[in-house]
Amino acid sequence: MENITTFVLVAALLVGATGLILGLFLGVASEKFKVEVDEREALVRAALPGNNCGACGFPGCDGCAKAIAKGEAPVTQCPVGGAPTAKRIAEIMGTEAGDLDQVKQVAFVHCQGSCDKAKQSYHYSGIADCSDLAVVPNGSEKECPYSCAGYGSCVKACQFDAIHVINGVAVVDKEKCTACGACIKACPKKLIALVPYKKKRLVACKNLLKGKDVRSACSIGCIACGLCEKNCPFDAIHVTDNLAVMNEKCTDCGICAQKCPTGAITGKRPVKPKPAAAAPPPPKKDAVKAAEGGAQ
Amino acid sequence: MLGLLLIAIKYSLVSNVVLSQFLGICPFLGVSKKTESSKGMGGAVIFVIAIASVVTHAIYILFLKASGPLCRALGLKDGLEFLNTIVFILVIAALVQFVEMFLKKNIPSLYESLGVYLPLITTNCAVLGVALNNVTYGYNFIECLVYGIGISVGFALALLLMAGIRENIIADNDGIPHAFQGSPIVLITASLMAIAFFGFSGMI
Repeated sequence: MENITTFVLVAALLVGATGLILGLFLGVASEKFKVEVDEREALVRAALPGNNCGACGFPGCDGCAKAIAKGEAPVTQCPVGGAPTAKRIAEIMGTEAGDLDQVKQVAFVHCQGSCDKAKQSYHYSGIADCSDLAVVPNGSEKECPYSCAGYGSCVKACQFDAIHVINGVAVVDKEKCTACGACIKACPKKLIALVPYKKKRLVACKNLLKGKDVRSACSIGCIACGLCEKNCPFDAIHVTDNLAVMNEKCTDCGICAQKCPTGAITGKRPVKPKPAAAAPPPPKKDAVKAAEGGAQ
Repeated sequence: MLGLLLIAIKYSLVSNVVLSQFLGICPFLGVSKKTESSKGMGGAVIFVIAIASVVTHAIYILFLKASGPLCRALGLKDGLEFLNTIVFILVIAALVQFVEMFLKKNIPSLYESLGVYLPLITTNCAVLGVALNNVTYGYNFIECLVYGIGISVGFALALLLMAGIRENIIADNDGIPHAFQGSPIVLITASLMAIAFFGFSGMI
Protein backbone atom coordinates (compact mmCIF):
# COMPACT_ATOMS: atom_id res chain seq x y z
CA MET A 1 0.00 0.00 0.00
CA GLU A 2 3.09 2.15 -0.19
CA ASN A 3 2.15 4.40 -3.08
CA ILE A 4 -1.08 3.41 -4.69
CA THR A 5 -0.92 6.16 -7.30
CA THR A 6 2.34 4.88 -8.72
CA PHE A 7 0.94 1.40 -8.63
CA VAL A 8 -2.13 2.24 -10.71
CA LEU A 9 -0.18 4.54 -12.98
CA VAL A 10 2.46 1.93 -13.73
CA ALA A 11 -0.16 -0.73 -14.37
CA ALA A 12 -2.06 1.51 -16.77
CA LEU A 13 1.10 2.63 -18.54
CA LEU A 14 2.35 -0.91 -18.85
CA VAL A 15 -0.84 -2.22 -20.42
CA GLY A 16 -1.03 0.87 -22.62
CA ALA A 17 2.55 0.50 -23.75
CA THR A 18 2.08 -3.20 -24.49
CA GLY A 19 -0.96 -2.40 -26.57
CA LEU A 20 0.85 0.40 -28.38
CA ILE A 21 3.89 -1.71 -29.21
CA LEU A 22 1.79 -4.63 -30.40
CA GLY A 23 -0.35 -2.25 -32.41
CA LEU A 24 2.70 -0.78 -34.11
CA PHE A 25 4.04 -4.26 -34.76
CA LEU A 26 0.74 -5.32 -36.33
CA GLY A 27 0.62 -2.14 -38.36
CA VAL A 28 4.03 -2.79 -39.83
CA ALA A 29 3.19 -6.45 -40.41
CA SER A 30 -0.05 -5.59 -42.18
CA GLU A 31 1.88 -3.36 -44.59
CA LYS A 32 4.43 -6.06 -45.18
CA PHE A 33 1.93 -8.87 -45.64
CA LYS A 34 -0.53 -6.86 -47.66
CA VAL A 35 -2.49 -9.04 -50.03
CA GLU A 36 -3.24 -7.53 -53.38
CA VAL A 37 -7.00 -7.52 -53.50
CA ASP A 38 -8.71 -6.97 -56.79
CA GLU A 39 -10.03 -3.46 -56.31
CA ARG A 40 -13.11 -4.35 -58.25
CA GLU A 41 -13.88 -6.91 -55.57
CA ALA A 42 -14.20 -4.20 -52.94
CA LEU A 43 -16.38 -2.12 -55.27
CA VAL A 44 -18.61 -5.06 -56.10
CA ARG A 45 -18.84 -5.88 -52.42
CA ALA A 46 -19.97 -2.32 -51.76
CA ALA A 47 -22.60 -2.56 -54.47
CA LEU A 48 -24.10 -5.74 -53.05
CA PRO A 49 -26.90 -5.45 -50.49
CA GLY A 50 -24.70 -6.81 -47.72
CA ASN A 51 -27.27 -8.78 -45.77
CA ASN A 52 -25.28 -12.01 -46.19
CA CYS A 53 -28.43 -14.03 -46.81
CA GLY A 54 -26.68 -16.64 -48.93
CA ALA A 55 -29.36 -16.70 -51.62
CA CYS A 56 -26.64 -16.44 -54.29
CA GLY A 57 -25.15 -19.75 -53.22
CA PHE A 58 -21.92 -18.23 -51.95
CA PRO A 59 -20.95 -17.88 -48.29
CA GLY A 60 -22.12 -14.32 -47.76
CA CYS A 61 -21.74 -11.20 -49.86
CA ASP A 62 -17.93 -11.34 -49.61
CA GLY A 63 -17.84 -14.72 -51.32
CA CYS A 64 -20.24 -13.51 -54.00
CA ALA A 65 -18.19 -10.35 -54.63
CA LYS A 66 -15.04 -12.42 -54.94
CA ALA A 67 -16.61 -14.77 -57.46
CA ILE A 68 -18.04 -11.89 -59.51
CA ALA A 69 -14.71 -10.03 -59.52
CA LYS A 70 -12.93 -13.16 -60.69
CA GLY A 71 -15.51 -13.66 -63.41
CA GLU A 72 -16.66 -16.97 -61.96
CA ALA A 73 -20.16 -15.69 -61.39
CA PRO A 74 -22.33 -13.46 -63.58
CA VAL A 75 -22.92 -9.84 -62.60
CA THR A 76 -26.51 -10.85 -61.99
CA GLN A 77 -25.60 -13.36 -59.30
CA CYS A 78 -27.31 -11.53 -56.46
CA PRO A 79 -31.03 -12.33 -56.54
CA VAL A 80 -31.89 -9.94 -53.72
CA GLY A 81 -30.36 -6.84 -55.28
CA GLY A 82 -32.03 -7.63 -58.58
CA ALA A 83 -31.77 -5.34 -61.56
CA PRO A 84 -30.38 -2.16 -59.92
CA THR A 85 -27.57 -4.04 -58.22
CA ALA A 86 -26.77 -6.00 -61.35
CA LYS A 87 -26.59 -2.74 -63.29
CA ARG A 88 -24.15 -1.19 -60.84
CA ILE A 89 -21.99 -4.31 -60.77
CA ALA A 90 -22.03 -4.44 -64.55
CA GLU A 91 -20.69 -0.87 -64.60
CA ILE A 92 -17.91 -1.83 -62.21
CA MET A 93 -17.01 -4.91 -64.18
CA GLY A 94 -17.35 -3.13 -67.50
CA THR A 95 -19.74 -5.67 -68.97
CA GLU A 96 -23.28 -5.69 -70.18
CA ALA A 97 -25.79 -6.97 -67.72
CA GLY A 98 -28.13 -8.09 -70.47
CA ASP A 99 -31.87 -7.89 -70.16
CA LEU A 100 -32.01 -6.91 -66.54
CA ASP A 101 -35.71 -7.40 -66.11
CA GLN A 102 -35.26 -11.06 -66.93
CA VAL A 103 -32.86 -11.25 -64.06
CA LYS A 104 -35.16 -10.28 -61.25
CA GLN A 105 -36.37 -13.38 -59.54
CA VAL A 106 -39.20 -14.10 -57.20
CA ALA A 107 -40.23 -17.07 -55.15
CA PHE A 108 -42.98 -19.21 -56.58
CA VAL A 109 -45.09 -21.84 -54.83
CA HIS A 110 -45.46 -24.90 -57.00
CA CYS A 111 -48.94 -25.76 -55.82
CA GLN A 112 -52.34 -24.29 -56.49
CA GLY A 113 -54.31 -26.80 -54.47
CA SER A 114 -56.51 -24.38 -52.58
CA CYS A 115 -59.33 -25.60 -50.37
CA ASP A 116 -61.88 -25.66 -53.19
CA LYS A 117 -59.60 -27.50 -55.63
CA ALA A 118 -57.73 -30.05 -53.54
CA LYS A 119 -59.62 -32.77 -51.72
CA GLN A 120 -59.15 -33.08 -48.01
CA SER A 121 -58.76 -36.57 -46.64
CA TYR A 122 -59.01 -35.70 -42.94
CA HIS A 123 -59.06 -32.79 -40.58
CA TYR A 124 -55.87 -31.98 -38.71
CA SER A 125 -55.84 -30.25 -35.40
CA GLY A 126 -52.52 -29.81 -33.71
CA ILE A 127 -49.45 -27.64 -33.91
CA ALA A 128 -50.02 -25.32 -36.83
CA ASP A 129 -46.67 -25.52 -38.56
CA CYS A 130 -45.74 -27.27 -41.79
CA SER A 131 -42.64 -28.90 -40.40
CA ASP A 132 -44.70 -30.51 -37.65
CA LEU A 133 -47.29 -31.51 -40.19
CA ALA A 134 -44.59 -33.34 -42.09
CA VAL A 135 -44.88 -36.24 -39.65
CA VAL A 136 -48.62 -36.77 -40.04
CA PRO A 137 -49.88 -39.00 -42.84
CA ASN A 138 -49.46 -37.37 -46.25
CA GLY A 139 -47.78 -34.37 -44.67
CA SER A 140 -50.97 -32.39 -44.98
CA GLU A 141 -54.69 -32.72 -44.67
CA LYS A 142 -55.03 -32.75 -48.41
CA GLU A 143 -55.15 -36.03 -50.24
CA CYS A 144 -52.21 -35.06 -52.45
CA PRO A 145 -48.98 -35.79 -50.58
CA TYR A 146 -47.16 -33.18 -52.65
CA SER A 147 -49.55 -30.38 -51.83
CA CYS A 148 -48.96 -27.19 -49.92
CA ALA A 149 -50.08 -27.93 -46.37
CA GLY A 150 -51.06 -24.32 -45.91
CA TYR A 151 -49.83 -24.00 -42.35
CA GLY A 152 -47.51 -21.15 -43.16
CA SER A 153 -43.93 -22.09 -42.27
CA CYS A 154 -42.97 -19.95 -45.24
CA VAL A 155 -45.06 -17.05 -43.94
CA LYS A 156 -43.20 -17.16 -40.66
CA ALA A 157 -39.86 -17.35 -42.46
CA CYS A 158 -40.53 -14.36 -44.72
CA GLN A 159 -39.07 -11.12 -43.40
CA PHE A 160 -40.69 -9.04 -46.09
CA ASP A 161 -44.37 -9.93 -45.65
CA ALA A 162 -44.32 -11.27 -49.19
CA ILE A 163 -45.92 -14.68 -48.79
CA HIS A 164 -49.32 -15.48 -47.37
CA VAL A 165 -51.57 -18.46 -47.06
CA ILE A 166 -54.68 -17.68 -49.06
CA ASN A 167 -57.48 -20.20 -49.14
CA GLY A 168 -55.25 -23.02 -47.90
CA VAL A 169 -52.31 -22.50 -50.19
CA ALA A 170 -49.25 -20.24 -49.94
CA VAL A 171 -49.15 -17.39 -52.44
CA VAL A 172 -46.19 -15.11 -53.11
CA ASP A 173 -46.63 -11.37 -53.46
CA LYS A 174 -44.38 -10.81 -56.47
CA GLU A 175 -43.90 -7.12 -55.78
CA LYS A 176 -42.74 -7.56 -52.20
CA CYS A 177 -40.62 -10.67 -52.77
CA THR A 178 -36.87 -10.08 -52.65
CA ALA A 179 -35.89 -13.61 -53.63
CA CYS A 180 -33.95 -14.07 -50.41
CA GLY A 181 -34.87 -17.74 -50.32
CA ALA A 182 -35.96 -17.93 -46.69
CA CYS A 183 -39.30 -19.53 -47.61
CA ILE A 184 -37.55 -22.03 -49.87
CA LYS A 185 -35.59 -23.30 -46.92
CA ALA A 186 -38.65 -23.27 -44.67
CA CYS A 187 -40.92 -25.38 -46.89
CA PRO A 188 -40.64 -29.02 -45.80
CA LYS A 189 -42.14 -30.16 -49.10
CA LYS A 190 -39.72 -28.21 -51.27
CA LEU A 191 -42.58 -26.59 -53.15
CA ILE A 192 -41.05 -23.13 -53.40
CA ALA A 193 -38.40 -22.16 -55.91
CA LEU A 194 -37.03 -18.98 -57.45
CA VAL A 195 -38.36 -18.17 -60.89
CA PRO A 196 -37.78 -15.18 -63.17
CA TYR A 197 -40.05 -12.29 -62.27
CA LYS A 198 -41.33 -11.96 -65.82
CA LYS A 199 -42.02 -15.60 -66.47
CA LYS A 200 -45.73 -16.23 -66.59
CA ARG A 201 -45.97 -19.88 -67.55
CA LEU A 202 -44.93 -22.19 -64.76
CA VAL A 203 -45.97 -25.68 -63.80
CA ALA A 204 -47.59 -24.96 -60.47
CA CYS A 205 -47.58 -28.55 -59.32
CA LYS A 206 -45.03 -30.92 -57.87
CA ASN A 207 -46.95 -34.17 -57.58
CA LEU A 208 -45.50 -37.35 -58.99
CA LEU A 209 -48.71 -39.34 -58.72
CA LYS A 210 -50.32 -41.03 -61.68
CA GLY A 211 -52.90 -39.06 -63.59
CA LYS A 212 -55.88 -40.92 -62.15
CA ASP A 213 -54.76 -40.40 -58.57
CA VAL A 214 -54.14 -36.72 -59.25
CA ARG A 215 -57.63 -36.37 -60.70
CA SER A 216 -59.17 -37.80 -57.58
CA ALA A 217 -57.02 -35.65 -55.26
CA CYS A 218 -56.94 -32.27 -56.92
CA SER A 219 -58.65 -30.53 -59.78
CA ILE A 220 -55.72 -28.31 -60.70
CA GLY A 221 -52.80 -30.76 -60.51
CA CYS A 222 -50.59 -32.00 -63.31
CA ILE A 223 -52.02 -35.27 -64.60
CA ALA A 224 -49.04 -35.97 -66.85
CA CYS A 225 -51.24 -36.11 -69.93
CA GLY A 226 -48.40 -34.81 -72.09
CA LEU A 227 -50.48 -32.29 -74.07
CA CYS A 228 -48.01 -29.54 -73.19
CA GLU A 229 -45.09 -31.63 -74.38
CA LYS A 230 -46.83 -32.45 -77.66
CA ASN A 231 -47.81 -28.87 -78.37
CA CYS A 232 -44.63 -27.10 -77.33
CA PRO A 233 -42.87 -25.74 -80.43
CA PHE A 234 -39.60 -25.26 -78.59
CA ASP A 235 -39.07 -28.68 -76.98
CA ALA A 236 -39.13 -26.82 -73.69
CA ILE A 237 -41.47 -28.93 -71.57
CA HIS A 238 -41.29 -32.63 -70.86
CA VAL A 239 -43.23 -35.05 -68.72
CA THR A 240 -40.89 -36.94 -66.47
CA ASP A 241 -41.98 -39.01 -63.46
CA ASN A 242 -45.61 -38.08 -64.07
CA LEU A 243 -44.87 -34.36 -63.89
CA ALA A 244 -44.42 -31.74 -66.57
CA VAL A 245 -41.09 -29.97 -66.17
CA MET A 246 -39.98 -26.90 -68.08
CA ASN A 247 -36.42 -26.37 -69.16
CA GLU A 248 -34.46 -23.25 -70.07
CA LYS A 249 -35.60 -23.34 -73.70
CA CYS A 250 -38.98 -22.01 -72.65
CA THR A 251 -39.89 -18.75 -74.38
CA ASP A 252 -42.95 -18.15 -72.24
CA CYS A 253 -45.17 -18.30 -75.33
CA GLY A 254 -48.08 -19.69 -73.35
CA ILE A 255 -49.19 -22.51 -75.65
CA CYS A 256 -48.78 -25.09 -72.89
CA ALA A 257 -50.90 -23.05 -70.54
CA GLN A 258 -53.65 -22.89 -73.17
CA LYS A 259 -53.52 -26.62 -73.76
CA CYS A 260 -53.26 -27.74 -70.15
CA PRO A 261 -56.62 -29.42 -69.34
CA THR A 262 -56.39 -28.92 -65.60
CA GLY A 263 -54.82 -25.48 -65.42
CA ALA A 264 -51.72 -26.73 -63.65
CA ILE A 265 -49.65 -24.45 -65.87
CA THR A 266 -50.13 -20.84 -64.89
CA GLY A 267 -50.61 -17.91 -67.20
CA LYS A 268 -53.57 -19.12 -69.24
CA ARG A 269 -55.14 -16.32 -71.21
CA PRO A 270 -58.81 -15.72 -70.47
CA VAL A 271 -61.25 -16.68 -73.19
CA LYS A 272 -61.59 -13.76 -75.58
CA PRO A 273 -64.86 -11.92 -75.23
CA LYS A 274 -66.98 -12.17 -78.31
CA PRO A 275 -66.54 -9.18 -80.60
CA ALA A 276 -70.28 -8.61 -80.72
CA ALA A 277 -70.62 -8.37 -76.96
CA ALA A 278 -72.48 -5.29 -75.85
CA ALA A 279 -70.14 -4.52 -73.02
CA PRO A 280 -67.03 -2.62 -74.05
CA PRO A 281 -64.15 -5.07 -74.38
CA PRO A 282 -62.04 -4.92 -71.25
CA PRO A 283 -58.51 -3.70 -71.80
CA LYS A 284 -56.67 -6.87 -72.65
CA LYS A 285 -53.59 -6.19 -70.59
CA ASP A 286 -55.52 -5.73 -67.41
CA ALA A 287 -57.47 -8.87 -68.01
CA VAL A 288 -54.31 -10.88 -68.46
CA LYS A 289 -52.83 -9.37 -65.35
CA ALA A 290 -55.94 -10.05 -63.33
CA ALA A 291 -55.99 -13.65 -64.51
CA GLU A 292 -52.39 -14.07 -63.55
CA GLY A 293 -52.91 -12.48 -60.19
CA GLY A 294 -55.72 -14.90 -59.55
CA ALA A 295 -53.79 -17.91 -60.80
CA GLN A 296 -50.85 -17.29 -58.59
CA MET B 1 18.28 -32.09 -20.42
CA LEU B 2 16.35 -35.05 -19.04
CA GLY B 3 14.06 -32.61 -17.29
CA LEU B 4 13.23 -30.90 -20.59
CA LEU B 5 12.54 -34.22 -22.29
CA LEU B 6 10.27 -35.19 -19.43
CA ILE B 7 8.36 -31.92 -19.76
CA ALA B 8 7.94 -32.45 -23.50
CA ILE B 9 6.69 -36.02 -23.18
CA LYS B 10 4.56 -35.35 -20.15
CA TYR B 11 2.62 -32.52 -21.75
CA SER B 12 2.30 -33.93 -25.23
CA LEU B 13 1.13 -37.41 -24.20
CA VAL B 14 0.54 -38.03 -20.52
CA SER B 15 -1.21 -34.78 -19.61
CA ASN B 16 -2.50 -34.10 -23.07
CA VAL B 17 -3.97 -30.62 -23.18
CA VAL B 18 -7.22 -31.66 -24.81
CA LEU B 19 -7.73 -35.17 -23.55
CA SER B 20 -6.73 -34.86 -19.94
CA GLN B 21 -6.76 -31.14 -19.18
CA PHE B 22 -9.85 -30.34 -21.28
CA LEU B 23 -8.42 -27.13 -22.69
CA GLY B 24 -8.92 -26.09 -26.29
CA ILE B 25 -12.02 -28.21 -26.86
CA CYS B 26 -13.64 -25.71 -29.24
CA PRO B 27 -11.11 -25.95 -32.08
CA PHE B 28 -10.67 -29.64 -31.26
CA LEU B 29 -14.30 -30.22 -32.21
CA GLY B 30 -14.56 -27.46 -34.78
CA VAL B 31 -11.58 -28.09 -37.03
CA SER B 32 -11.36 -31.89 -36.79
CA LYS B 33 -13.63 -32.52 -39.76
CA LYS B 34 -10.87 -32.72 -42.34
CA THR B 35 -7.33 -33.99 -41.89
CA GLU B 36 -6.01 -31.27 -44.17
CA SER B 37 -7.35 -28.33 -42.17
CA SER B 38 -6.56 -30.02 -38.84
CA LYS B 39 -2.93 -30.21 -39.92
CA GLY B 40 -2.98 -26.49 -40.65
CA MET B 41 -4.72 -25.69 -37.38
CA GLY B 42 -2.21 -27.84 -35.49
CA GLY B 43 0.66 -26.00 -37.15
CA ALA B 44 -0.85 -22.60 -36.43
CA VAL B 45 -1.46 -23.51 -32.78
CA ILE B 46 2.11 -24.85 -32.36
CA PHE B 47 3.43 -21.60 -33.79
CA VAL B 48 1.21 -19.36 -31.69
CA ILE B 49 1.75 -21.25 -28.42
CA ALA B 50 5.52 -21.53 -28.87
CA ILE B 51 5.92 -17.82 -29.56
CA ALA B 52 3.31 -16.78 -27.01
CA SER B 53 4.87 -18.78 -24.18
CA VAL B 54 8.29 -17.26 -24.82
CA VAL B 55 7.06 -13.69 -25.26
CA THR B 56 4.72 -13.78 -22.28
CA HIS B 57 7.48 -15.30 -20.19
CA ALA B 58 9.83 -12.49 -21.13
CA ILE B 59 7.20 -9.86 -20.33
CA TYR B 60 6.48 -11.53 -17.02
CA ILE B 61 10.12 -11.72 -15.97
CA LEU B 62 10.96 -8.20 -17.07
CA PHE B 63 7.90 -6.19 -16.14
CA LEU B 64 5.36 -8.05 -14.07
CA LYS B 65 7.30 -10.16 -11.61
CA ALA B 66 7.74 -8.68 -8.12
CA SER B 67 11.48 -9.35 -8.19
CA GLY B 68 11.82 -8.21 -11.82
CA PRO B 69 13.77 -5.11 -12.88
CA LEU B 70 10.76 -2.85 -13.45
CA CYS B 71 9.06 -3.52 -10.11
CA ARG B 72 12.33 -3.24 -8.21
CA ALA B 73 13.20 0.02 -9.89
CA LEU B 74 9.83 1.49 -9.00
CA GLY B 75 9.81 -0.05 -5.54
CA LEU B 76 6.63 -2.06 -6.06
CA LYS B 77 7.00 -4.88 -3.55
CA ASP B 78 3.80 -6.66 -4.55
CA GLY B 79 4.68 -6.80 -8.23
CA LEU B 80 2.26 -6.40 -11.09
CA GLU B 81 1.26 -10.04 -11.40
CA PHE B 82 -2.41 -9.14 -11.36
CA LEU B 83 -1.85 -7.87 -14.89
CA ASN B 84 -0.83 -11.32 -16.13
CA THR B 85 -4.11 -12.26 -17.77
CA ILE B 86 -4.78 -8.98 -19.54
CA VAL B 87 -1.25 -8.51 -20.87
CA PHE B 88 -0.97 -12.11 -21.99
CA ILE B 89 -4.27 -11.91 -23.82
CA LEU B 90 -3.06 -8.78 -25.62
CA VAL B 91 0.08 -10.57 -26.74
CA ILE B 92 -1.81 -13.66 -27.86
CA ALA B 93 -4.38 -11.64 -29.80
CA ALA B 94 -1.63 -9.73 -31.59
CA LEU B 95 0.19 -12.94 -32.43
CA VAL B 96 -2.92 -14.52 -33.84
CA GLN B 97 -3.50 -11.45 -35.98
CA PHE B 98 0.03 -11.76 -37.23
CA VAL B 99 -0.38 -15.45 -38.06
CA GLU B 100 -3.59 -14.61 -39.86
CA MET B 101 -1.87 -12.02 -42.04
CA PHE B 102 1.02 -14.35 -42.69
CA LEU B 103 -1.25 -17.19 -43.80
CA LYS B 104 -3.43 -14.91 -45.90
CA LYS B 105 -0.38 -13.75 -47.78
CA ASN B 106 1.58 -16.98 -48.09
CA ILE B 107 -0.80 -19.92 -47.72
CA PRO B 108 -4.23 -18.61 -48.80
CA SER B 109 -5.70 -22.09 -49.21
CA LEU B 110 -4.98 -22.92 -45.59
CA TYR B 111 -6.27 -19.49 -44.56
CA GLU B 112 -9.60 -20.25 -46.20
CA SER B 113 -9.91 -23.78 -44.88
CA LEU B 114 -9.29 -22.64 -41.30
CA GLY B 115 -11.92 -19.96 -41.69
CA VAL B 116 -13.33 -18.61 -38.47
CA TYR B 117 -11.24 -20.95 -36.32
CA LEU B 118 -8.07 -19.04 -37.02
CA PRO B 119 -9.15 -15.90 -35.14
CA LEU B 120 -10.59 -18.26 -32.54
CA ILE B 121 -7.05 -19.26 -31.51
CA THR B 122 -7.18 -15.96 -29.65
CA THR B 123 -9.81 -17.42 -27.38
CA ASN B 124 -8.27 -20.87 -27.39
CA CYS B 125 -7.89 -21.47 -23.67
CA ALA B 126 -4.92 -23.77 -24.30
CA VAL B 127 -2.86 -20.77 -25.40
CA LEU B 128 -3.70 -18.65 -22.40
CA GLY B 129 -3.41 -21.73 -20.20
CA VAL B 130 0.18 -22.30 -21.33
CA ALA B 131 1.11 -18.66 -20.68
CA LEU B 132 -0.43 -18.66 -17.20
CA ASN B 133 0.90 -22.11 -16.27
CA ASN B 134 4.43 -21.00 -17.14
CA VAL B 135 4.10 -18.46 -14.36
CA THR B 136 2.45 -20.87 -11.93
CA TYR B 137 5.03 -23.61 -12.47
CA GLY B 138 7.92 -21.12 -12.29
CA TYR B 139 9.59 -22.36 -15.46
CA ASN B 140 12.69 -20.72 -16.86
CA PHE B 141 13.00 -19.51 -20.44
CA ILE B 142 13.97 -22.84 -22.06
CA GLU B 143 11.46 -24.79 -20.01
CA CYS B 144 8.74 -22.39 -21.12
CA LEU B 145 9.56 -22.99 -24.75
CA VAL B 146 9.63 -26.77 -24.32
CA TYR B 147 6.44 -26.72 -22.27
CA GLY B 148 4.70 -24.61 -24.91
CA ILE B 149 5.84 -26.84 -27.75
CA GLY B 150 4.95 -29.98 -25.78
CA ILE B 151 1.43 -28.75 -25.08
CA SER B 152 0.84 -27.61 -28.64
CA VAL B 153 2.22 -30.79 -30.18
CA GLY B 154 -0.12 -32.70 -27.89
CA PHE B 155 -2.97 -30.53 -29.12
CA ALA B 156 -2.01 -31.05 -32.76
CA LEU B 157 -1.70 -34.80 -32.17
CA ALA B 158 -5.14 -35.07 -30.58
CA LEU B 159 -6.62 -32.92 -33.34
CA LEU B 160 -5.04 -34.98 -36.09
CA LEU B 161 -6.11 -38.29 -34.53
CA MET B 162 -9.63 -37.00 -34.15
CA ALA B 163 -9.71 -35.77 -37.75
CA GLY B 164 -8.54 -39.16 -38.98
CA ILE B 165 -11.22 -40.93 -36.98
CA ARG B 166 -13.92 -38.53 -38.09
CA GLU B 167 -12.94 -38.69 -41.73
CA ASN B 168 -12.72 -42.46 -41.92
CA ILE B 169 -15.22 -43.81 -39.44
CA ILE B 170 -17.94 -41.41 -38.43
CA ALA B 171 -18.14 -38.99 -41.33
CA ASP B 172 -20.97 -40.74 -43.19
CA ASN B 173 -22.96 -41.47 -40.00
CA ASP B 174 -23.10 -45.09 -41.08
CA GLY B 175 -24.91 -47.17 -38.49
CA ILE B 176 -24.93 -44.35 -35.95
CA PRO B 177 -28.32 -43.86 -34.25
CA HIS B 178 -29.99 -40.65 -35.30
CA ALA B 179 -29.74 -39.04 -31.87
CA PHE B 180 -25.97 -39.59 -31.79
CA GLN B 181 -25.15 -38.22 -35.23
CA GLY B 182 -22.99 -35.14 -35.50
CA SER B 183 -21.51 -33.62 -32.36
CA PRO B 184 -22.64 -36.30 -29.83
CA ILE B 185 -20.70 -39.10 -31.49
CA VAL B 186 -17.67 -36.82 -31.73
CA LEU B 187 -17.81 -36.14 -28.01
CA ILE B 188 -18.13 -39.87 -27.28
CA THR B 189 -15.16 -40.55 -29.55
CA ALA B 190 -13.21 -37.86 -27.69
CA SER B 191 -14.01 -39.51 -24.38
CA LEU B 192 -12.78 -42.88 -25.68
CA MET B 193 -9.60 -41.20 -26.88
CA ALA B 194 -9.18 -39.68 -23.44
CA ILE B 195 -9.45 -43.15 -21.88
CA ALA B 196 -6.85 -44.42 -24.34
CA PHE B 197 -4.51 -41.56 -23.45
CA PHE B 198 -5.05 -42.41 -19.80
CA GLY B 199 -2.86 -45.43 -20.54
CA PHE B 200 0.15 -43.13 -20.75
CA SER B 201 -0.27 -42.02 -17.15
CA GLY B 202 2.05 -44.72 -15.78
CA MET B 203 4.90 -43.52 -17.97
CA ILE B 204 6.09 -40.63 -15.90
